[in-house]
Amino acid sequence: MSHSFDDISQQLRRRHRKSARLKWISMGALGLAGLFLVLFFADMLNKGLPAFQQAYINTEVNYTEEAATDARQAIAEDLVPIVSRTEIREIPKEIRNDEDLIGTSEQKWLLVNGEVDQYLKGNRNKLNEEEREAIDERVESGQVELAFNRTFFTQGDSKTSERAGILAAVVGTVMTMIVTLAISFPIGVMTAVYLEEFAPDNRLTQAIEININNLAAIPSILFGLLGLAIFINFFGVPRSSPLAGGMTLALMTLPVIIISTRAALRSVPDSIRHAAFGVGCSRWQVVRDHVLPLAMPGIMTGSIIGLAQAMGETAPLIIVGMVAFIPDVGASFTEAATVMPAQIFTWSGEPEHAFVEKTAGGILVLLAVLISLNAFAVLLRKKFERRW
Amino acid sequence: MNSQAPVMSEQDIPNVGQPYTRNDQASHELSIRVRDLNLWYGKNQALKNLNIDLFQKNVTALIGPSGCGKSTFLRCLNRMNDLIPSVRTEGLVEMDGHDVNASKMDEVALRRRVGMVFQKPNPFPKSIFENVAYAPRMHDMVSRKADQDELVEQALRDAGLWNEVKDKLQEPGTSLSGGQQQRLCIARAIAVQPDVILMDEPTSALDPISTATIEDLMDRLKEKFTIVTVTHNMQQAARVADYTAFFHLGEIIEYNDTKVMFSTPAKKKTEDYISGRYG
Amino acid sequence: MQTNQLVLIFCSALLLLGLLAFYVGRAKAARVRSAGGSMFAQPDQYAWFAVLSTAGPAILVGAVGAFVMLLLGADIPTFYLLAASLVVAAAGLVVGLAQVRPNFHARQAIERVIRMALASAALISIFTTFGILFSIISEAVSFFQMHSFWEFITGTTWSPGDSFLASAGRGDGEGAQFGSVPLFAGTFMITAIALFVAVPVGLLSAIYMSEYAPQKVRTVAKPVLEILAGIPTVVYGFFAAITVAPIIVNVAGFFGLEASYNNAVAPGVVMGIMIIPFISSLSDDVINSVPDTMRQGSLALGMTKGETIRDVVIPAALPGIISAALLGMSRALGETMIVVMAAGMRPNLTANPLEDMTTVTVRIVAALTGDQEFESAETLSAFALGLVLFAVTLTLNLVSVLMIRRFREKYRVNNL
Repeated sequence: MSHSFDDISQQLRRRHRKSARLKWISMGALGLAGLFLVLFFADMLNKGLPAFQQAYINTEVNYTEEAATDARQAIAEDLVPIVSRTEIREIPKEIRNDEDLIGTSEQKWLLVNGEVDQYLKGNRNKLNEEEREAIDERVESGQVELAFNRTFFTQGDSKTSERAGILAAVVGTVMTMIVTLAISFPIGVMTAVYLEEFAPDNRLTQAIEININNLAAIPSILFGLLGLAIFINFFGVPRSSPLAGGMTLALMTLPVIIISTRAALRSVPDSIRHAAFGVGCSRWQVVRDHVLPLAMPGIMTGSIIGLAQAMGETAPLIIVGMVAFIPDVGASFTEAATVMPAQIFTWSGEPEHAFVEKTAGGILVLLAVLISLNAFAVLLRKKFERRW
Repeated sequence: MNSQAPVMSEQDIPNVGQPYTRNDQASHELSIRVRDLNLWYGKNQALKNLNIDLFQKNVTALIGPSGCGKSTFLRCLNRMNDLIPSVRTEGLVEMDGHDVNASKMDEVALRRRVGMVFQKPNPFPKSIFENVAYAPRMHDMVSRKADQDELVEQALRDAGLWNEVKDKLQEPGTSLSGGQQQRLCIARAIAVQPDVILMDEPTSALDPISTATIEDLMDRLKEKFTIVTVTHNMQQAARVADYTAFFHLGEIIEYNDTKVMFSTPAKKKTEDYISGRYG
Repeated sequence: MQTNQLVLIFCSALLLLGLLAFYVGRAKAARVRSAGGSMFAQPDQYAWFAVLSTAGPAILVGAVGAFVMLLLGADIPTFYLLAASLVVAAAGLVVGLAQVRPNFHARQAIERVIRMALASAALISIFTTFGILFSIISEAVSFFQMHSFWEFITGTTWSPGDSFLASAGRGDGEGAQFGSVPLFAGTFMITAIALFVAVPVGLLSAIYMSEYAPQKVRTVAKPVLEILAGIPTVVYGFFAAITVAPIIVNVAGFFGLEASYNNAVAPGVVMGIMIIPFISSLSDDVINSVPDTMRQGSLALGMTKGETIRDVVIPAALPGIISAALLGMSRALGETMIVVMAAGMRPNLTANPLEDMTTVTVRIVAALTGDQEFESAETLSAFALGLVLFAVTLTLNLVSVLMIRRFREKYRVNNL
C-alpha cells in the first residue's frame, strides 16, 4: 500500500505545473490591473498636458473710435482670422470702461484662436495650406508662440476653446465642498459618537447601522433625485447653486464619514474610557475630553477621503443642475455655479478637438487635487497612527 | 534490553537516537531517523541537536512543557515549517532512505506519505464524503466511482465514524460535532494511505468522551500506520504510546519505553516533569 | 431683502439673549456658591444650561414655523414668527435662570440635551433613506397614473416622443411609449461586461496578493489598486468615450465586425476596471480571513499550493467573494457618468454588445437635463426608473451584507 517517493513525484509533476500556472495567472491579473492604471495615466497626460500651453500672438491693438463699435478695426486686418474672437470682443468693453484709451495703441500678447492653436500643437485642425504657411512665418518671426496657458487657470468657461478656463469650476468646487463639509462633518461625527458611545443596543440602533451601510452603497444618481425632489422642488433651494449641490453631496458623504469615524472611535481602547470614568467623568466628558481627541486623526483622515470622493462626483450634480455654463468667476452659495467634474463633463460634450484637450487638462487638474488630498490623508494617518 | 534494566546515569548515552529502554512488544523497524536536527525561528534556536529513531507501527508520544519544541519538531517531519518564512532547518530527517530536507525532495510528495491531524478539527468546507474523497482523487488513487465509494467507506470505518455518518455523507463536514470532526480529519488523513500520521495535540480541543474515542482509535490505527503524537496530557501519553520522548527547551531529554519512562524515568528533569513539579 | 434683514435681527437678538443667559446664569451660580451653598454642578454648567433653555426652544419654534409654512403653504408672516420665537426665548431665559438652584442637576440636564442632539443626528441618515424613497415613490406614482405599470415593466419600446408637448397642453402624447425592457437590457449587458472584466481580474489579483505576494508587493499593490476606485467616474467616462471606444471599433473592424462608437463594450470594460478594486479588496480580506488551519489541512494531505487555493481556500471564501461580486454589480448597475458619456442614447433591444444601447441611468439623466416641464411624463419616468434601480441595488446590497455576515459567523464559530 505504500507508495515510493519516486512514484509520487512522477504523478506530482503534472500537478505542480498546474499549481504554478495559477500563480502566474494571478500575478498576471494583478499586473493587468496595474497596466490599466499606467495606460490610463499615460493617456490622460498625453491628452491633457498640451492644454497647459496656449498659442499667443504679439500684436498692436489700436483703440480707435471705430474699434469701440466694430472691434475688428482694432487689429491688423490679416490678423482677424488668427486672433481669438473672444479676445477681439473684449476690446470695446475695455474702451467703454476707460474712455481715455481712445486714440492710444498698445503692443499686446493676444490669444490665438483654437484652430491655429491646435495646428501649432500638431493636432487635427481646419486650417488650409495657405493659412498654415502664414502661421509658420509668424512663428518663425516670433510673433506667434506657444506659452504657458494662464487663461486656463484664470478664466471661467467659454464657448471658444482658447478662452475656456477652469477657475470658475474650481471656485464652484470649493464653495460646494464648504457646504458639504459644513453639513456632513458635524452630523457624521455626531452620529458616529452616538452609535459608538451612547446608543443602546436595540432594534432602532441596528436599523440605523444597516441603513448607513446601505446608504453607502446606493447609486449616487439617486441622491441627485432626492436633491431635485426634496431640496429644490420642496424646500426651494436655488437650482444649480453650490448650496443645492453641496447639500446633496453632504448626504452622500455622510455614510463615509460615519463609518470612518466609528472605526476611529473603536480603535481608542476601552482602558482610556475606564480610566476617565474612574476619575469621575460623565459619559459626555469622557467622549469630549478623552475619546474624541484621540480619535481625531482618524476622523480627519476619513473625512478627507470622503471629501475627495464627493469632489469627483458628477451624476447627482447633473441632476440638480450644476452643469450650467458659468463664464464668470463668482463666489455665491445661492447662484448658479459649476464644479470641476461637471465642467469636465460639459467640455467633453463639445465637438472640437481643442475641447478634448481642455477636457483632459481639466481631468489632470482634478486628479492632481484628488491625489494630493488622498496623499495628505495618508500622511495624516501615518503621522498620527498609534498602536495600542 | 528489557523494562527491568537499571536506571542509567546521565553520562550513559546509548546509541544516539535510540530509546533508553526497548519495548519488547513494539516493532523496531525504522520509520524515520533524525540526526543532529537544529531549527531556528529567525535568530532563536528552537530545536537543538535532536537525535531520535521513530519505529514503524508504533505510537510515539512527544511530551514536554509548552514552548519546548515538540510541535515544531513534529512539523519538521512533514516540512510544515516551510510555510513559516523565518524558519531555518539543519540536520538529517531520513525516511525510506531519503533525506526529507534535501532540495530535491518534493515536500508535497513527503506530505502525501506523512499525514497530519491538527489540534483543532479543520474539515474542509465540503460534504463529509468530499472531505475524505478529495485527496485520494487528486492523488489518482481511485479511478472508478465504486473504488472511491469503497475507499471513503473504508477510511470512515477505520476512523470509527462510518456508523455515525453513513446516512448523511452529503452533509457539510462542519455540521458534525467537534469529536466527530476530528475523526473525520483522521479519516481524511488515512484515506491517502500514508506511512506516518502526525497528530498535533489531537484531543486538546475535545471533551473527555471524544478524547477517549480518539485514544482507542490511535490504538487500532497503529496496526497500519506509524503514529507520532504531541500531547500536553501525560496520562494520555501513558495510555496510548509505546514510546515517549520528553522535550525540554528544544532538546530531547529522554526517549524511552513509555512504561519505563513513567515508572522509573532515567533523568531528573523527566522525573520532575512527570511528577508535576513544573509544566 | 426684507426677510433677510428680519432673520439677521432675529439672530443677533437671540445671540444677545444667549450671552445674557450665560453671564447672568454664571454670576448667579457663583453668588450662590460663594454664599457657602454646595451645588450639584459647576457655575459654567448652570450658565450653559441657561443658554440652552433660551436658544433651544426659540430655534425649535422658528424651525417648526418655517417648516409648516413650507409644508402647508400656510402664510405666517415672518415677522410674527420671529417675534414669537423671541418671546419663547425670553421665557426660556427666565426659566433657565430660575433653575440656577443648588439642588438642580445642571450637568445632567445638559447631557440629556447633548444625548438627544446626538441621537437626532443619527436619525438624519434614516431620514435620508426615507427622503430618497419618498421623493422617488411620490413622483413615480404620478408617472404610473399616466402610464400603466405593466407597460413600463414589460414594454419593449421606449420612446417618450412628444409627451412633453402633451403636458404643455399641445399634442396628445399618444405616441409616447415607456417600455423599460430595452433600458434594463442595456444596463444588464453593460453590467455583465463589467463583471466579466472585474471578477476574474479582481479575484485573481486578490488571490495573488493574499496567497503568493511577498509582504512588500502587498503593501504597494493594495493602495495602487485602490487608486482605480478613487478616479472620478466622469474621468472614466471620458477615457471610455475618447480612448477605449475607438480602440474597440478598430479591433472589431479588424475582425470584420461593425461596431458603433457608442458600443456597449467600451463603457462595460472601463466600468469593469473601475470595479476591480471593489472586488479585489473585499476578496482579499475574505481570503485572508480563511483560517490558516484550513490551508495546512490541505497541504498536509499532499495537495499542491494551487490545489489548496482552488479546492479549499476559494470554496471557503466563496460567500465573501460572491458578496464582493454583488457589491460590484450594484455599483455597475447604478453607475451613471461612464454610460452617459460612452454608451448610446438610443434604447436598443439587442444582444450584440458592439451596437449602441442605452441604460437606465442614461435615460434618467436625459429626462432630467432637458428643458421639459417637471410634470411631464418623460421627467417623471426618471423617477420610475430610479425606483426600480433603488429596489434592485438595495436587494443586491442586502444580500451581499447577509452573505458576508454568514461568512464571518461561520468562521468565528468554527475556529474559536
